[in-house]
Amino acid sequence: MFLVARKDLRVERRAKIALGQVAPLALLILMVFAFALDANTSLLERGAGGLYWLAVLYGGTLLIQRSFDVETDDGNMDALRMSAIGMPSLFLGKALALFVQITVLELILGPGILLLYNVGVVDWALLFAAAIAGTLAFSVCGVLWGVMSAGLRVRATLLPLLLVPVLAPVLLAGSRAFETALGVRAGAGWTWAGLMFVIAAVHTALGLGAFGFLLEEG
Amino acid sequence: MPGANSGAKMTATPVTRVLGVSALAATALMAVLGLIVSPPDVIQGEAVRMLYVHVPSIWIAYGSFALTSISSVLFLRRSRRRADQGRHYDRLAGSAAEVGVVFTAITLITGMLWGKVTWGTYWQWDARLTTTVLLFVTYLGYLALRRLPAEPTVRSRRAAVMALISFVNVPIVHYSVDWWRTLHQKASLSVGRRPEITGEMYWTLLYSTLAVTILATWLIIHRYRVIRLEELRDEEGLEALIASRLNKDVGGH
Amino acid sequence: MSVVVEFERVISVVGSFPVLTGLDLRVDQGEILHVRGENGAGKTSLLRACAGLLSVSSGNASVLGFDMRVDRRAPRRYIGLLGHENNLYRDLGVSEHIEFRAASVGARASDTAAALEQVGFPQQLWTVPIGSLSAGQRRKVAIASLLVGRPRLWLLDEPHAALDTESRKNLDGILTEASTSGATIIFVSHESPATKDIASRVVTMDGGRIMEDSGAD
Repeated sequence: MFLVARKDLRVERRAKIALGQVAPLALLILMVFAFALDANTSLLERGAGGLYWLAVLYGGTLLIQRSFDVETDDGNMDALRMSAIGMPSLFLGKALALFVQITVLELILGPGILLLYNVGVVDWALLFAAAIAGTLAFSVCGVLWGVMSAGLRVRATLLPLLLVPVLAPVLLAGSRAFETALGVRAGAGWTWAGLMFVIAAVHTALGLGAFGFLLEEG
Repeated sequence: MPGANSGAKMTATPVTRVLGVSALAATALMAVLGLIVSPPDVIQGEAVRMLYVHVPSIWIAYGSFALTSISSVLFLRRSRRRADQGRHYDRLAGSAAEVGVVFTAITLITGMLWGKVTWGTYWQWDARLTTTVLLFVTYLGYLALRRLPAEPTVRSRRAAVMALISFVNVPIVHYSVDWWRTLHQKASLSVGRRPEITGEMYWTLLYSTLAVTILATWLIIHRYRVIRLEELRDEEGLEALIASRLNKDVGGH
Repeated sequence: MSVVVEFERVISVVGSFPVLTGLDLRVDQGEILHVRGENGAGKTSLLRACAGLLSVSSGNASVLGFDMRVDRRAPRRYIGLLGHENNLYRDLGVSEHIEFRAASVGARASDTAAALEQVGFPQQLWTVPIGSLSAGQRRKVAIASLLVGRPRLWLLDEPHAALDTESRKNLDGILTEASTSGATIIFVSHESPATKDIASRVVTMDGGRIMEDSGAD
């Protein structure tokens, strides 16, 4: 599992897509939200949690797409099938790499919203817990649905279509948890974070079962 | 190849003819009951009649999607043993999903119209509507996956897995959204939707469900048969291709 | 001398197209088999069926003693497949990539250097990202990736493509050596004279079956 993760991260380190392209793009999206909402500070402040997760959703989808483009390029899927790497390890390895990449993205977006939307953090523990939970959910769902649309011809548009309804609850939960953590609205932030962990767990279980099958039958 | 040459120009059989006619009759009766016989609601007036289309539609949609999931499981289990077995389950999953999506759309549209009349707005962020939209988009994605240019067995298998995962996802989505809305009670609007259902209204609703079920079953059967015909056409092409390849060898050398 | 590949009346289908139409083949250990044929004859499909990447719809098929109709994944770790594509991660450095491939089939990462030397890959290029290599060099890296796993059955699709004359001779040497050490090699190639030297047997395919077999009894 670590073998696969390390490989994915090395590829990323060399290609510098997450850092070089996706993160700036996501940051730009944050700014564009401000334009769309007419820099209405109170609106931005209230919406900061949600907008953050929207940006993560956008950037995350690109990263998931990229993670699988690397494999479908040059017939690498065949090589993975021919290898002795167990399917669970492959699944978890890619999820781990994705987790790291999305975390890097969030480390840039986080300060982004603090600065641009003028919000302060009230509950750091909740903020981190929610961020980790959400990222976990994104990574696991991303790998599972990524492999489902991998190698098929119109995958660039298919992946978001499949992914967004699945990630909608995560977006919902993440935004609510962040709102509480940022002191924008009092609420059951920890329960929302818990929900995201549950979603991540469920999809991990599903992924461990289905990933091998999906990779093979592709 | 059994059944292929029975001259079937249409997908009808005696059974489905009867089914179709009863669907038509049932729906007609449903219209009469719904529009004329059953009483208007105390609060909502005539608008409540939307109920008879809206509610059965979503129930049928849920039923169809459940059928899709069950078929998908059966398909995956059957296709493990032999590569071509279980295709009828795959077809069933596809037809049920299509019908389900259609009825979900009907639910959404009638819901919006009903909302316009009773609340004054087309849309409301209440738990049910939101969950229904997500359900709609999810299965739209499923149908998109089924239509992709890819090898049929690959496509069917992926679609089957997706159906199962989506099925697991539905309660998660439902729970999340439901909880979201109860935490953020918008006072008056979400309440006034469920009218008291008694007496004639109750029976009309029950009957409408039956009528819509018959209609949906008829649709699923026909859609299934159309899919089967499409596959038969491809299969006949396959045999012709094999034959032509073999002939070419014999002739070519 | 054990039987490595045994196919009887094998039919394989991709989508609705029959790529193998009743193919019979028997390959013993240590053989170097050259598969020829026109485009679309089914040569690549044969390789993929041997690798277990293509499922067998009817007939009997066994590879390395494993029944491909029961579990076509079983023999894969003993097989080295080199297809048309190189299966390379273009962002990785050459040795990084090979180390990954080595580890993913259970070989030692230290075998990487030996593999690269065997294909004659210049040492100063070992840390260069694969994306900046020429086609011929990439092919060599692909071959080295296969080598490092020390497979029992080699399945090669146009292995000499993009290689210059010297590299081809080098490859032939590698293949012959592998065969003497007990590996079995099946390769597809359009080319006739040069590669025929190392092959112990030549089959010609057409229409998804084998038409001619120089080694058939």
